[in-house]
Amino acid sequence: MSTTSFLIAFFFINYVRKAIQSESKYPELDRLIVSARYFTVGLFAMMFIFDEIAIFRFIWPSYLIFLVWVSHERDELEPVRSTSLSLLPYAAITLLGEIIRFVAKDFYQQFDDFFEAGKFFAFVWVFILWLNNRKQEKALEAERLKLEKQEELGRITEEQRSQLEVLVTERTAELRLQKEELEKALDHLKATQNQLIHAEKMASLGELTAGIAHEIQNPLNFVNNFSEVSVELVEELKEESQKPEQDTELIHELLTDIQQNLQKIQHHGKRADSIVKGMLQHSRTSSGQKENVDLNAMADEYLRLAYHGLRAKDKAFNAKMVPELDPTLGKVNVLPQDLGRVLLNMLTNAFYAVSEKKRQQPQGYDPTVWIVTQSRPGQVVIRIRDNGTGMPESVKQKIFQPFFTTKPTGQGTGLGLSLSYDIITKGHGGTLEVVTQEGAFTEFIIRLPR
Amino acid sequence: MNILVVDDERDVQTLFEQRFRREIRSGEFQFFFTFSGEEALSCLEKEDSEIVLILSDINMPGMSGLELLQSIRQTHPHSPPVVMMITAYGDDETHAQALQLGANDFLTKPLNFGELKDKLKETL
Repeated sequence: MSTTSFLIAFFFINYVRKAIQSESKYPELDRLIVSARYFTVGLFAMMFIFDEIAIFRFIWPSYLIFLVWVSHERDELEPVRSTSLSLLPYAAITLLGEIIRFVAKDFYQQFDDFFEAGKFFAFVWVFILWLNNRKQEKALEAERLKLEKQEELGRITEEQRSQLEVLVTERTAELRLQKEELEKALDHLKATQNQLIHAEKMASLGELTAGIAHEIQNPLNFVNNFSEVSVELVEELKEESQKPEQDTELIHELLTDIQQNLQKIQHHGKRADSIVKGMLQHSRTSSGQKENVDLNAMADEYLRLAYHGLRAKDKAFNAKMVPELDPTLGKVNVLPQDLGRVLLNMLTNAFYAVSEKKRQQPQGYDPTVWIVTQSRPGQVVIRIRDNGTGMPESVKQKIFQPFFTTKPTGQGTGLGLSLSYDIITKGHGGTLEVVTQEGAFTEFIIRLPR
Repeated sequence: MNILVVDDERDVQTLFEQRFRREIRSGEFQFFFTFSGEEALSCLEKEDSEIVLILSDINMPGMSGLELLQSIRQTHPHSPPVVMMITAYGDDETHAQALQLGANDFLTKPLNFGELKDKLKETL
């Protein structure tokens, strides 16, 4: 009987050790468990050495009960607690049987079979529970393996995720670097664009210079001539006033002439003044402020400037200028410098086109450039038309593209019309369109909202 | 002596009238003014025999002074009046072209009226 108890104790201890994995998880407890195993084996050995079977009959079931108690004492042994309970019936029956045998031997012998049967069933009970436990444990083990697999999978996923994160960080850094480089390039382009706009402005100013010089020279000549004549007239007046017999009619005539001359001087002085102001305005950076401007006066002024500009370059050049200005136009709110550049650019182009055609066809051609202003409901229309060379469709489609030019290298920046387009559409919220027929005419139509 | 002045600047008339005040008053010169080449040609049609000297600006809108000169030399080859060209652009090329087309003289702006007066009197 004690052998059964020994086997139960021995396997139970081994089972505990395996179940809670004490070897790896609780090294301290593991030492105790190993000691318990040795003790069990030792107890079994002592049973044979001392041959005192009677006392061992009590020791074995007590030892089993002690093991159950320990299982309930230590928190680490919680997983084996329920299994340990299966030992209890066998231990209890064995102990009870031994006590009765010790106290009332006759009674025990009388019911000997019952006790033996009880022990047997209790042992079967242990065995069944053990089997059942094994089954459950196998299921648990399978579950654990599954969990481990999942954990492994999770770990791999996590690893991949962190690898991806590293990759993403690298890419982000690369992209940021690219973005910074692009931003730098953009800044550079913006600076270049500003320089180009400035260059274009200076180029158009250069074209203007000759025209301006001529336009200023003319009124200056008048100022000089009229003031010289006036000095002569005053001289004559002095002479006349010293005569005893004064010709009052002559004096009156002289005074009228002097007055008229002074008015002429003033008129031409103002004319020169407005040209200089116009030039300064053209070269000045745009203030970005819209102003109320007499568009008709502006159109007329730029028509003359563009005409003289081209004539100064090409001495033989000549063209008819036809301003058709709507007197009801009134003042219009525009960016004067910017719009001036647009007009100058288009007029210069127009004069260029008629001069080219005149060169190709010197006889029977009457080069003409029109500038037309029209007041329409809610808008102002400016048309710049020439009967020059016109444009084929292929050129027409490209004229508003930056750097596109039909002029020989070095004669045009190719920015004039693209800048004009920006000024009209972005700067004024207007539209710019072109109507042309090759060999016949070109007309630019600017529409500005008012 | 009848002189035709052709210039698109209208104040040229006032200027000439004052500069040649004494000569006009004495009847020495008589000035006619037109403000374009086309106008000058139609004026010549009417006053053909009267005009003996033409003073013309070169740079005018429409018909230029040089075209006017060419036209005069073609239509009146036998009784050519004296033609003097005036221009603000006194470059050699234009000068040569004017002389080649039959100009008698070539003056540059600003006009020296004393000199012009002498030249006109000389022509007389």
